[in-house]
Amino acid sequence: MAASSKMLMQGNEAMARGLIEGGCVVAASYPGTPASELLTAVDAWRTAEDLDMHVEWAVNEKVAFEIAYAACQSGLRAATIMKQVGLNVALDPMMSAAYLGVIGGFVIISADDPGPHSSQTEQDSRLTAMLAKIPVLDPSNPEEARMLAGLAFEISEEFQVPVMLRPTTRVCHACQDVALLPVARLGRRAEFRKDPRRWAATPGFRYELHVQLIDKLARLAAHPPTAPRRLNPHVVSRTAVIASGVAAAHAREALAGLDLWNAPAFFQVIQPYPLHKAFIEEINSVYSDVLVLEETSGVIEMQLGNRNLVRGKISGFVPEAGELLPETIGRLLSEFAGQQPAEIPAAEPGSRRRPTLCPGCPHRASFYAVKKAAPAGIYTSDIGCYTLGINLGAVDTVLCMGASIGQACGFYHAHRITGVERDIIATIGDSTFFHAGVPPLIDAVTQGARFVLLILDNTTTAMTGNQPTPAQGTAAGKPVRIEDLVLGCGAGFCRTADPLEMPSFTALLKEALVWSRANGVAVVIAKSPCLVDRSVKHLRRAQVMVETAKCTGCQACTKQFECPALIYDHGTGKVHVDVMTCTGCAVCLDVCPVRAITSGGGA
Amino acid sequence: MTSQQLIISGVGGQGILFVTRILAEAAIVRGLPVLTSETHGMAQRGGIVISHFKVGDFSSPLVCPGRADGLISLKHETVALHRHFLKPDGWTVANGPPGSLSGISALMDADQLALGLGNPQSVNLIMLGRVLAIPGLLFCTADEVEEAIRIKLSAKPAALEGAFAAFRTGLQHH
Repeated sequence: MAASSKMLMQGNEAMARGLIEGGCVVAASYPGTPASELLTAVDAWRTAEDLDMHVEWAVNEKVAFEIAYAACQSGLRAATIMKQVGLNVALDPMMSAAYLGVIGGFVIISADDPGPHSSQTEQDSRLTAMLAKIPVLDPSNPEEARMLAGLAFEISEEFQVPVMLRPTTRVCHACQDVALLPVARLGRRAEFRKDPRRWAATPGFRYELHVQLIDKLARLAAHPPTAPRRLNPHVVSRTAVIASGVAAAHAREALAGLDLWNAPAFFQVIQPYPLHKAFIEEINSVYSDVLVLEETSGVIEMQLGNRNLVRGKISGFVPEAGELLPETIGRLLSEFAGQQPAEIPAAEPGSRRRPTLCPGCPHRASFYAVKKAAPAGIYTSDIGCYTLGINLGAVDTVLCMGASIGQACGFYHAHRITGVERDIIATIGDSTFFHAGVPPLIDAVTQGARFVLLILDNTTTAMTGNQPTPAQGTAAGKPVRIEDLVLGCGAGFCRTADPLEMPSFTALLKEALVWSRANGVAVVIAKSPCLVDRSVKHLRRAQVMVETAKCTGCQACTKQFECPALIYDHGTGKVHVDVMTCTGCAVCLDVCPVRAITSGGGA
Repeated sequence: MTSQQLIISGVGGQGILFVTRILAEAAIVRGLPVLTSETHGMAQRGGIVISHFKVGDFSSPLVCPGRADGLISLKHETVALHRHFLKPDGWTVANGPPGSLSGISALMDADQLALGLGNPQSVNLIMLGRVLAIPGLLFCTADEVEEAIRIKLSAKPAALEGAFAAFRTGLQHH
């Protein structure tokens, strides 16, 4: 029976389960790897358990935070979910909410991405929690993450403080056999009680709230349920290894493998901030040599505060950048124990396949048209699949969500004021435009910035797994049209076209450039569905063929257009079609300078 | 306790996650603890995708270089990239045209078989079948894998039929 009661769960599904088991009623998120599957899983559990919940993909993380926070102000348990750079967007409400505190339990899940695998930075959300002065829990595997999501609700209500749960990629995207526990059906009704001195506090009251927050943290640093755990209590030693998050899972296996399970005392920290005071005192008084293994910054190490005793990120013993892989942890543990580290087999040097836009992706056609329309232009871009337009040479800058438009404004003004004329084309995805593109577009219109804004509208949030955008609306609400937003911001040029119709699309971009040079920001919406979006019906199209006799081997289709379904054969000096991946978009017909590519017909 | 560490790799879009989860479900069918690690996001877009799979008494979701019992490659180019994960006597089963690799346990042109089935997306299950065609490589049986496929696809009868056809194609191929 024990076997059948366990279920395979991805870390994100397990955390979603933990939220549901803890009685969560409102959950709001914006997708971002590695946290993207979490809200979808919350919604799936909501359906499976037949619960009354509000679960939403919000327009961005700040809005998601505020929606969930208001639910907790009304006495309900609520959660907001995002990736670490999304937390930057939600930092404004989080800093303030830390002071105001909560009524119902409030959990902020911020997923970090050491590596990074799919992020702009490797920033440590635990440091952000420390900045905001809220407690943070650091799970080491999916099962523990499920359990800590429930515990987070409890301590949030007990201490009236928002609680962060900080998983990393290796927790979010690990799968494990996890047991289901019953769902807490708390039966609470929302009841917002007016208390303007707290909920709308002016600076004088904020001082009082800050004093109260410091007191909450002191009590949290003595709270037994989140205290560090001694994983080998039988060992008596003067040396100690302290680990948190997935580093603790790696270290546990490595210590056993290195025959060190009976040597250093081994602690797992569950709550890296605030670090328990008695634990800090124990480490400083009992041990003479201490190794801290944590991702990504030295948060625990910093709080131990003894530079002579502790080896870690800050001391330079543990690498500060990159993921702490199990082989790295094995090497560090060997060195710490005075052993000769074992040789680690290395990957063979060789060509690594870089990520690329999918075959048939409409963005590829858009980027090719951008290069044709403004060959010497500045191409600002943004966060999403289309960052991969870099492979075509059609992406010059990527900073953060929405920055393609803000930077286009900045490049325009910098060049204009110093007497330089330069075409600028900004590319941004539809979901990113909703998330952070509207304020800079207003700025562009207000300040008279002249550039072309190309909104790559595939009517989905593609990179993170095809979550909906506001353009799809919801059952209770109604769709928000990108065209209406653009016109509402005051842009004087707004046209929509399908980039797969490449010649006419390129002509439209050229027309937009001419208009923008004289008038201001011109907006083109490239509308064509994402090919991996399963919610859209896709036409089955005949694959293309290469007329080998005509192909000159110029490689325009493989290098300039960069389609992975077209393969240049160095032996024959010709291009052929990969029948496993060609989608038949047929844009390459217009790319080939000698028209050697033809539509297969039939099918 | 049964214990096995595997690397499953290929390129984005080949269904590496799906085949990894099928193996994980097969472990649960057996009542064994399982940990896997998946690739998502930017790295998935046409890039190299790698799954780590560990069944048995483990705590880390990642396989250390030099420790894997086996490597299942859905695209033969990934063998060179990932064979350092194998322990000295580890096995490799790969998808590739004849002659693309030598000195491995099995090489099969699953692309051609998938096209023959009219389902280019079925390379993953054809390859899983191929691994199970060699007795003693995997911790589980073909029946347990079929049970896992049934659990995963119970709501999609058409997909289930296609999955079984692909899996059995690999299983019966020698």
